[in-house]
Amino acid sequence: MLYRTAGQFKTSYRADQALFPVRQDAFLLGVILVLAWVVFPLVATEFAFQTLLIPVLIYSLAALGLNILTGYAGQLSLGTAAFMGVGAYACYKLITLMPWMNPIIAILLSGVFSAGVGVAFGIPSLRIKGFYLAIATLAAQFFLVWLFEKWSWLYNDNASGAIQVPNLEMFGVYIAGPQASSTIQYYVVLFIVCLLTWMCINLTRGTLGRTWKATRDMDIAAELIGINLMKSKLTAFAISSYIVGVSGALFVFMWRGAAEPNLFDIPLSFRILFIAIIGGLGSIMGNYLGAILIVGLPVVLNLLPNALGIPIDSATVEHLNIMIVGSLIIFFLIVEPHGLAQLWRLIREKLILWPFPH
Amino acid sequence: MLKDIFINPFVDMVEAPDFLLQVLWEGLVSGVLYALIALGFVLIFRSSRIFNFAQGIMVVFAALTLVGLHSFGVPAWISVLLTLGVMFVLAVGIERVVLRPLVGQPDIILFMATIGITLFLIGGGEIIFGGENKQMITEELGIPTGDTVLEPWGGLLILQHLDITVVVVACALVAALLAFLNYTQMGRAIRALGDDHQAALSVGISLQTVWVLVWFIAGIIALVTGIAWGARAGVSFALEVIAYKALPVLMLGGLESIAGAIIGGLMIGLMEKLFEIYWGQPLLGGNTETWFAFVLALIVLLFRPQGLFGERIIERV
Repeated sequence: MLYRTAGQFKTSYRADQALFPVRQDAFLLGVILVLAWVVFPLVATEFAFQTLLIPVLIYSLAALGLNILTGYAGQLSLGTAAFMGVGAYACYKLITLMPWMNPIIAILLSGVFSAGVGVAFGIPSLRIKGFYLAIATLAAQFFLVWLFEKWSWLYNDNASGAIQVPNLEMFGVYIAGPQASSTIQYYVVLFIVCLLTWMCINLTRGTLGRTWKATRDMDIAAELIGINLMKSKLTAFAISSYIVGVSGALFVFMWRGAAEPNLFDIPLSFRILFIAIIGGLGSIMGNYLGAILIVGLPVVLNLLPNALGIPIDSATVEHLNIMIVGSLIIFFLIVEPHGLAQLWRLIREKLILWPFPH
Repeated sequence: MLKDIFINPFVDMVEAPDFLLQVLWEGLVSGVLYALIALGFVLIFRSSRIFNFAQGIMVVFAALTLVGLHSFGVPAWISVLLTLGVMFVLAVGIERVVLRPLVGQPDIILFMATIGITLFLIGGGEIIFGGENKQMITEELGIPTGDTVLEPWGGLLILQHLDITVVVVACALVAALLAFLNYTQMGRAIRALGDDHQAALSVGISLQTVWVLVWFIAGIIALVTGIAWGARAGVSFALEVIAYKALPVLMLGGLESIAGAIIGGLMIGLMEKLFEIYWGQPLLGGNTETWFAFVLALIVLLFRPQGLFGERIIERV
């Protein structure tokens, strides 16, 4: 009914391959963008910024990076958090070594460092596959976190061993550090997330994306039809790590404000993997849906007992949260193994055909 | 610098052979435990192609249940039996609720499901038993706690009786498991399912029974590991970390190989200890045990992508 596609004729291949073959999709995206750019910042409270809006965006960016690698190029990685850490520490070093640098440029540059590290740890993927590769990426996870702790140059020989975000100014407003306002930070994050998402959508539609998908579906067959596997896998590692690194820099500079090495430990890697899988591997929109679920759910669960007037102490709520998230993961995997994005695809299909079943 | 890397450690080893023996012994004990956990992984992987990430939390959960039951006043040995019962119920529950609906899904989905189980058990364990570090009921179980001091070459070598017990029990458990897998009907069914799913199903082997069985065996292994490790370091959720150590063991030994799990475990236990004491602490600031095993396994995999003992990977288009 709402998704009536009748009358939208395609008269060229170009039109058929367009980003939004159905006009309603473009309209829906427009509504979402207006909400994100105009409505949310006007109505959101400080609490909503800090617990929902900013983290959802940052986590979905990290999941997007992982999804490029796992969902599109088919290389399972469990070291996402460590690459986020590389981005965060690189950004910290850039800012403290070159304080005159524009913070947004620094954040975007810091991804380059994690891309480099990502390629280095991606080299084994040329020989190792499947779960063996997943465990190999754990080597990156444990080694890098150890390095963040032991290499004191990285945190400027702080006594605490943690990195603190200084006050950063751009065009006369603070955009990071204790004095920055949440609204400004939200806009910075939103700008970078939109930019990288736009880049990813077009990358995955183009030659590179098709190369990745061929590698994912069957790498030997891909090699036989002339795809250079080394190039395909390493570009996937590089671009994925770049995005993950930028999200790590945002994670620390725009949200947490400080970071210790163990922040980038393995639970963070898993949370991002959950987002990518529950959202849907091989889908860009899925990352956002997954992030909304995984970030939003604990917030709702924390508020629920108070709203219902049930007295439970906060530690128990915390643990119940973990349990519920665990069961929900299993539940979603059973109900829709291809993720929320697939669910939306089915709904959309039904809406287009409605009221007819076929 | 080169001298520090290539000469000095070996000089240290020769000059203090008793200390070297001590290091090797401690490496061996942890290696035995890694091998044990890896064995649980391998059994489940062989029979269902599930990469069971929950093995680590099962170790914690089993140890917590044991200690928790004892603290409610249940005698030690009865709590062991009850814990085994709990692990059995857990195995049945996991098979019914999680695995059965997910049969035939891609590997990564099943892997994620075991992470879901992990989270569920972490939350549940914290609510029921609390998260603080607890004392393992070593004495109540009759595990000796003294130590024997040997003096080879006029040096000093301390063998904790606890460690000796752990090694003996672990060896006995592995022997019993191998006997079970090789000489009983159920054991053969497990191996048949590991070799060829469809052929095993067609001769009437029940997938459900075998899955419950391997998860229960993994539960038993988890309990033994939990007791052993808990007696050394106390029972808390930090124990989960040792399960990560079983992963490089699997890479090294190969995901399908039982012998590989045992040999890989011992190798990693010994080598990471040696590296930590002679290279890690003097040159790299210590605590290298968190990543050394992974890097070692990674290097081995570059030369043998299926691990030392894994099945040869044959791919067809």
